[in-house]
Amino acid sequence: MAGGHAHDAHDDHGDGPEVLSVSDKNPRVRTIQVKRPTPAESSYLAATAKGLGVTLKHFVKNTFSRRKNTYIETIEYPEQKFEYPERFRGLHRLMHRDDGAVRCVACMCCPTVCPAHCITIVPAQTDDNGIEKYPATFEIDELRCVVCGLCVEACPCDAIRMDTGIHAKPVEERHEAIMTKDLLLELGARSTAVQGGEGADWRGKK
Amino acid sequence: MDIVYAILDNAALKWAVLVLIMVMPLASLLTWAERRQSAMMQDRLGPNRANLGPLKIWGILHFIADAVKMIAKEDFIPGSVHRGLFALAPILALAPVLVAFAIIPFGPTVYPHVMGDVLNTYQLASGPVGDAAQQAAWAATYDDSIRAQVFQIEFGLIFYFAILTLANYGGTIAGWASYNKWALLGGLRSSSQMMSYEVSMGLSLMGMFLIWGTLEPGAMVQLQGSEPWKWGVVLWPFVPLGLVAFILFFTAAIAETKRAPFDIPEGEPEIIGYFVEYSGIRWGMFFLAEFIEIVFISAVITTVFFGGYQVPFLDPDGFRFLGDWVTVNGQQVHLGGYYLPVPHGAVVALQFGAFAIKVVLLCWLQLLIRWTLPRFRADQLMNLGWKVLLPSSLGLIMVAALAKLVSFL
Ligand code: SF4
Ligand code: SF4
Repeated sequence: MAGGHAHDAHDDHGDGPEVLSVSDKNPRVRTIQVKRPTPAESSYLAATAKGLGVTLKHFVKNTFSRRKNTYIETIEYPEQKFEYPERFRGLHRLMHRDDGAVRCVACMCCPTVCPAHCITIVPAQTDDNGIEKYPATFEIDELRCVVCGLCVEACPCDAIRMDTGIHAKPVEERHEAIMTKDLLLELGARSTAVQGGEGADWRGKK
Repeated sequence: MDIVYAILDNAALKWAVLVLIMVMPLASLLTWAERRQSAMMQDRLGPNRANLGPLKIWGILHFIADAVKMIAKEDFIPGSVHRGLFALAPILALAPVLVAFAIIPFGPTVYPHVMGDVLNTYQLASGPVGDAAQQAAWAATYDDSIRAQVFQIEFGLIFYFAILTLANYGGTIAGWASYNKWALLGGLRSSSQMMSYEVSMGLSLMGMFLIWGTLEPGAMVQLQGSEPWKWGVVLWPFVPLGLVAFILFFTAAIAETKRAPFDIPEGEPEIIGYFVEYSGIRWGMFFLAEFIEIVFISAVITTVFFGGYQVPFLDPDGFRFLGDWVTVNGQQVHLGGYYLPVPHGAVVALQFGAFAIKVVLLCWLQLLIRWTLPRFRADQLMNLGWKVLLPSSLGLIMVAALAKLVSFL
């Protein structure tokens, strides 16, 4: 605290008011020049006129010239769209295997890592021993999703992606925002990544 | 007198036509115009979506959508309000502004029998003279007239000051009845602001009244005549009386509408204002009252400072430049000069149009000011009201009185 005041005492330059004299007993006691607004300033007329000039300029240019010559940069959303960066995270999708089945092996990595707890998976067994499990249900509540992308990072087999570029759509009922497995698969496509490494019999191959 | 014209000249009918055909649509359009204009000033687009299929017209239809929305919205009344006063307040805010329109001359006197012909101003002013047949002919032509002013009365603008002060009770009572501290603060602020500005608003016009010697708006418009250098705003008795009065009155009038830069009663960031508890169409009535007040102030300023319905150089009988003023039967008639005759019907249409254009332009100016200036602090507001506006308007009265005196000497 003391340090702050000591600094104040010789701070008689800069933006502060002009210091006329400083008391020799206490340097913090000073006489300063107070600037009062002149009558012209306090009638606000000049400043008002200046301000009106600025807004008038913008009004005239924005109203009476062609759109591309105006100051307006608004994007009229549903008709015009902003181009998203390549890695924009949109709605989720579930990728397919070569045979069209879901790639997800219900490893439960993504519901575990999901900070919003919005992924619900009910795993079930498959006949394919190399895969063991598949998701019987796979639901993502897009209302709760915080679009962090951790699920995509966590997935060991490129089964879940967020590269659709689609926003979560506005809905009237909360349950409509839940994406079911069918929907997720509908958005999906065949993934080219090789799943399961060299296959279940990799030991024998050696 | 033809019964049709007598009905058309009926005050209640004229008022209804004025309010329903001109004021209400203009005020509701302003709700859209305000948002669109502010958007244009702030490099945005504003409401441009409401449409009827392909009919988009810059989104003007938003005002209909807004009205439907406000009527259809839930009218929520908090449990602790004073129900009677709560219901009364929006009406108190809206009704006086509508009534005040009665004094505005929004067009010239229409003589329905000479619509197609050029009006003979000399004959009209001299009244029924000559033999019985001539007098009968005069009466047949000029007896039926429709005056485009609902309420023509000696005390004219005083009526306006009196009535518009009542509108302020709307805000104050709304604040009181809402049983909400913010609303009450808003109501009190609105009445204190009204008190500081009502005075200078009235006084700023007194100088003009003194010079013209009349309070009646219709007479003022006639006095200003068709020559723009005689209009109120350029009234110049050795000081720019008209211009100064215009600035003073305009400032006080904007404060009276309680809009930025004088929107302290509303104070959106802090107290929301006296209508904080209102919703649905009740709130809509406050909103509409505010916009009607804008239209009204534009109409008063048009009448007092910008020649009312007068078109530059258009006399009742046609375009005339530099004519002579002749006094006929106590009335000033403009004759001679460079003259181009125009039929009465066309003159009437032009003059109604001129009034509408002037009013719309002034509304536009008020919106421009509202979206340019930041809000005044309460102390700045009081300083401006009591220390700048009031002394200057008192000074104006003295100057006007001196000018009047000098002109008598
Ligand atoms: S993006 Fe994040 S919040 Fe959304 S589902 Fe994936 S992990 Fe959960
Ligand atoms: S992390 Fe991948 S494989 Fe594992 S449950 Fe999620 S989507 Fe399925």
